[in-house]
Amino acid sequence: MNVFRFMLHNQHQVLQLTLEHLRLVGFSTLFAMLIGIPLGIGIAHRPRFNKPVLATANIIQTIPSLALFGFLLPVPWLGARADRLAILALTLYALLPIIRNTYTGIRGVDASVVEAGRGMGLTESQLLFQVELPLAVSVILSGVRVAVVISVGLATIAAAIGAGGLGEFIFRGLAMVDDRVILAGAIPAALLALLADFGVGWLERRLQPR
Amino acid sequence: MQPEAANPVIEFREVSYRVAGTQVLSGFNLKVQSGETLVLLGRSGSGKTTSLKLVNRLLSPTSGEIRVKGVPNAEADLIRLRRSIGYVIQDVGLFPHFTIERNIGLVPKIEGWPANRIGARVQELLQMIGLAPELASRYPHQLSGGQRQRVGVARALAADPEILLMDEPFGALDPLTRDELQREFLLLQQRLHKTVVFVTHDLREALRLGSRIALMEAGQLVTVLAPPDFLRSTDPLASAYVRAFGEGLESAANRGTS
Repeated sequence: MNVFRFMLHNQHQVLQLTLEHLRLVGFSTLFAMLIGIPLGIGIAHRPRFNKPVLATANIIQTIPSLALFGFLLPVPWLGARADRLAILALTLYALLPIIRNTYTGIRGVDASVVEAGRGMGLTESQLLFQVELPLAVSVILSGVRVAVVISVGLATIAAAIGAGGLGEFIFRGLAMVDDRVILAGAIPAALLALLADFGVGWLERRLQPR
Repeated sequence: MQPEAANPVIEFREVSYRVAGTQVLSGFNLKVQSGETLVLLGRSGSGKTTSLKLVNRLLSPTSGEIRVKGVPNAEADLIRLRRSIGYVIQDVGLFPHFTIERNIGLVPKIEGWPANRIGARVQELLQMIGLAPELASRYPHQLSGGQRQRVGVARALAADPEILLMDEPFGALDPLTRDELQREFLLLQQRLHKTVVFVTHDLREALRLGSRIALMEAGQLVTVLAPPDFLRSTDPLASAYVRAFGEGLESAANRGTS
């Protein structure tokens, strides 16, 4: 129970680091959605681009996170602020599940439904917004859910480059060889991941087409 | 039969379509007259569906042109063209996340009809295709196959297009439901006099529904005949169809007597 006493004692800092953590995850997920969903739609409509795009996102995923943070450090504007850098790196990691699920979701829409819609004279954007996206939304959101859960975990490493977040406690605890401090970072991070998983999952079910 | 002088509603002029090295359609010429049901009959791969999709420009010809109401359809506004042509396909393609009402009313809605006019039109169409008004609030998966295809027809008719393209619309239905829908189609067509191009590989359906039958084989038009002439035709392919059709009945009848 030492852990909780420690957390209670440092509640302001726990709260502050949690908010920082949320900020890193929130912005990176938002950016990844803004980039990944249109990209996923694009490659679903133009299949010849699907291999290069998915391969690139895949390769990014294989770069060890600590190395990626390190690589980005010398970049001029980005390197000046650790949190910018962390958000960029987290965005890159979140891309793959979002692009892939958007692609899968759109491709999964029954071809006869799309053909009927096109034949009836829906414009390509009406087809996208009224037919394809509503039918693919739950698949896309399950990609977002994976991305968020990964990001919550990865964001703890961002503390290594001074970007803040709950990783601060973890690294500090490691340096001090103090389990309480490590857990003060790890427990809220785990809770955040569960909460995000549950929240997006709920949204996913709400928006599921019949 | 329609007089030759009348302006055709749809006209194929020397149309060829080639895709990935395969000649799907070659030198295709055909005129579809106002108010007739022209059946494209042929086996799979003969180019029937391709011909149909060339009309509403889901496909574009490699050479030649298709005229719709006298205007080359390549010059028409694509979206306007498609909205003026009803399209019914075998897999129906109802929007699974829309109610029946929204499915039927979609084209009127995107055409900007006021809501009360759309509602009235949907009720009118439901009645026309013989579906109960309360089905309007159901979803496609709650309907039977026959009901779904009726909705497919109603959706195609929603904005009152002059032309109807039907691609094996009753092909996936059981024989009794198919018979029902064919009968309803004939009644509907007696009232509406749409210009219909109807694709099928079923001679029985072609004879029953068509004012004329265009027989296709390997991407070419073999002959165009009215149903009675089709049965008497000496064309080898046409008579092969008729023979195959008759043999099924005969052999069943013969087995019955032994």
